[in-house]
Amino acid sequence: MRLYQSFLLALKNILTSKVRAMLTMLGIIIGVSGVMVIIGMGNGMENYMKSSFKSLGTDLLNVTIIGTGTSKNVGVDDMYQLVYDNPAYLKDITPSVMVPGSVKIGSASLDSTSVSGVSETYAAMKKYGLAGGRFLRYADVESRSSVCVVGSYITKMWFNGDAVGKTIRLNGTAFTIVGALEEQSESEEGGSDDAVYIPYSTAARMTSTGTITSYSFQIVSEDDVAQSKKIVGDALYKVYGTKDAYSIISMSEMLSMMTTMLNVLVTVLAAIAAISLVVGGIGIMNIMLVSVSERTREIGIRKALGAKQRHIMQQFVIEAATLSALGGLVGIGFGYLLSALATVILKQVLDPNLAVVPSLPSILIAFGISAAIGILFGYLPARKAARLNPIDALRYE
Amino acid sequence: MTPLIEFRNLYKIYRMGDNIVRAVDGISLGIYPGEFVAIVGQSGSGKSTCMNIIGCLDVPTSGEYLLNGQNVGRMDDNALAEVRGRMIGFIFQQYNLLPKLNVQENVEVSMMYAGLPRKVRAERAREALARVGLADKLQNRPNQLSGGQQQRVSIARALVGRPSVILADEPTGALDSKTGREVLSLLQQLHREGNTIVLITHDPSIAAEAPRVIRLADGRVVSDGPAEESPTGSVKGGE
Repeated sequence: MRLYQSFLLALKNILTSKVRAMLTMLGIIIGVSGVMVIIGMGNGMENYMKSSFKSLGTDLLNVTIIGTGTSKNVGVDDMYQLVYDNPAYLKDITPSVMVPGSVKIGSASLDSTSVSGVSETYAAMKKYGLAGGRFLRYADVESRSSVCVVGSYITKMWFNGDAVGKTIRLNGTAFTIVGALEEQSESEEGGSDDAVYIPYSTAARMTSTGTITSYSFQIVSEDDVAQSKKIVGDALYKVYGTKDAYSIISMSEMLSMMTTMLNVLVTVLAAIAAISLVVGGIGIMNIMLVSVSERTREIGIRKALGAKQRHIMQQFVIEAATLSALGGLVGIGFGYLLSALATVILKQVLDPNLAVVPSLPSILIAFGISAAIGILFGYLPARKAARLNPIDALRYE
Repeated sequence: MTPLIEFRNLYKIYRMGDNIVRAVDGISLGIYPGEFVAIVGQSGSGKSTCMNIIGCLDVPTSGEYLLNGQNVGRMDDNALAEVRGRMIGFIFQQYNLLPKLNVQENVEVSMMYAGLPRKVRAERAREALARVGLADKLQNRPNQLSGGQQQRVSIARALVGRPSVILADEPTGALDSKTGREVLSLLQQLHREGNTIVLITHDPSIAAEAPRVIRLADGRVVSDGPAEESPTGSVKGGE
């Protein structure tokens, strides 16, 4: 007896008791769709994290100087020199100075707007495009001009889309807007589009200490993050003599750290969902045992007609496997539905960039496991059936 | 000529609780190819046990059972299944058709286990069903047929594997006398065509249809001979 005949027979038997089959498959359905949705959520989260880190720049090293309280210090020129000396690893640099204080347009106060002092190459490093005007220039940095470039939120909300040439007051000083940036995310208040960029030299003068304490290096290749980090670290260590005087954070390292954490979380959650697969398997075993007793007479007849133990065994194992594989298929369909639903909800409630993305390998694995569970939990009932004594089985009412 | 079925001092002894039941208590007999033999006896006479052993559903406790010269008593489960599929055609009192399969599929079951290809199976099944007069019922389910028709399906199923022995266990037991008669004449026709038939029954008048009748009582053979002598005598003996 060939496999496909057993398979057809199994389908026939399953279809004659649809409700029972459906209830039996429920555990497998829940398990498969659960694992699928959880792994899909993990994938979605990872994609989301990657894209948001990308916008922060995974090719950037952010350096913060804390100092040692002595006169030993590194200046902007020392940092620039580092880039000239290591062209194989470091591509560009910008100082970055956060300016505290008030931002005013006319008499209105913008409380959530961030003000940063940066170099003329900042826009290129961050891959920001211009919607109008120009970005800061080297001359602006040299002459500590009171000029600025604004984000799309400010352009849209405060200047009706035309900000160039207008004036904005930072800590009481009037700055001329020379450029407007393109939209980065959603032009939201407090987001990356709610920002003002001024020359770092101008910004340094506006802070209390007057020194520049943070820089962003752009590295040549993301594969050389560790080596690039070492070059910057070594240079700083030479000056300060202690690692506590500075910190270097690489976005790509942070991303991989967070991805690892996320994967652990997803694995744990998926394992919990997979418990349902085991429960479903036990359900299948239970129903197969019932089926064996119900069909004792059939087994007797088949044995009288020449069925060997392996024929009966094959019939019942394949029936169990078909049942659970069908459950797996329904579970996959259900999982897709749930994923789509969850995506809609996540987009509405949390972030439009979030999505549940079921991955093909996870689907194949879930399906494979469900079929394997059928074979595993079908084995015991099938063996019971195969070993029935034909005389007793024929007499069974 | 060697017997097709040969019992040599055969015993089948069960233990039921504290009692020892000697279901077959030393039987020796031979049935030759082409014979039509009825084994008759009251319940408890050992005829069912004999049928199970002849049909390779059971093995003797001691003694030898040779089927076509092969010692069946020493075979394991799977070898017995193989012999059943190849050499025995069963006809049961309750028909024992599989309710979920249609008539043709029912007749094909044993050939499926024997590994015959689909085309051959279908062809032979249709042939066998035509022979029992059911060529127009191939796609029907057993429960759509009358008792007599169902029994004819089971006869077709028994025939189709071209077995050495057709083993009929009370084949008319569940039928009214008219359809019972039809089934018996079908068996006689099969006998005339050269098939070996063993009929097991408790009813001497049905046993009388067979040219040779073996009467059992308490696990032993009490008479073995032509049918003409048995009917009246065995009715008395059965009381």
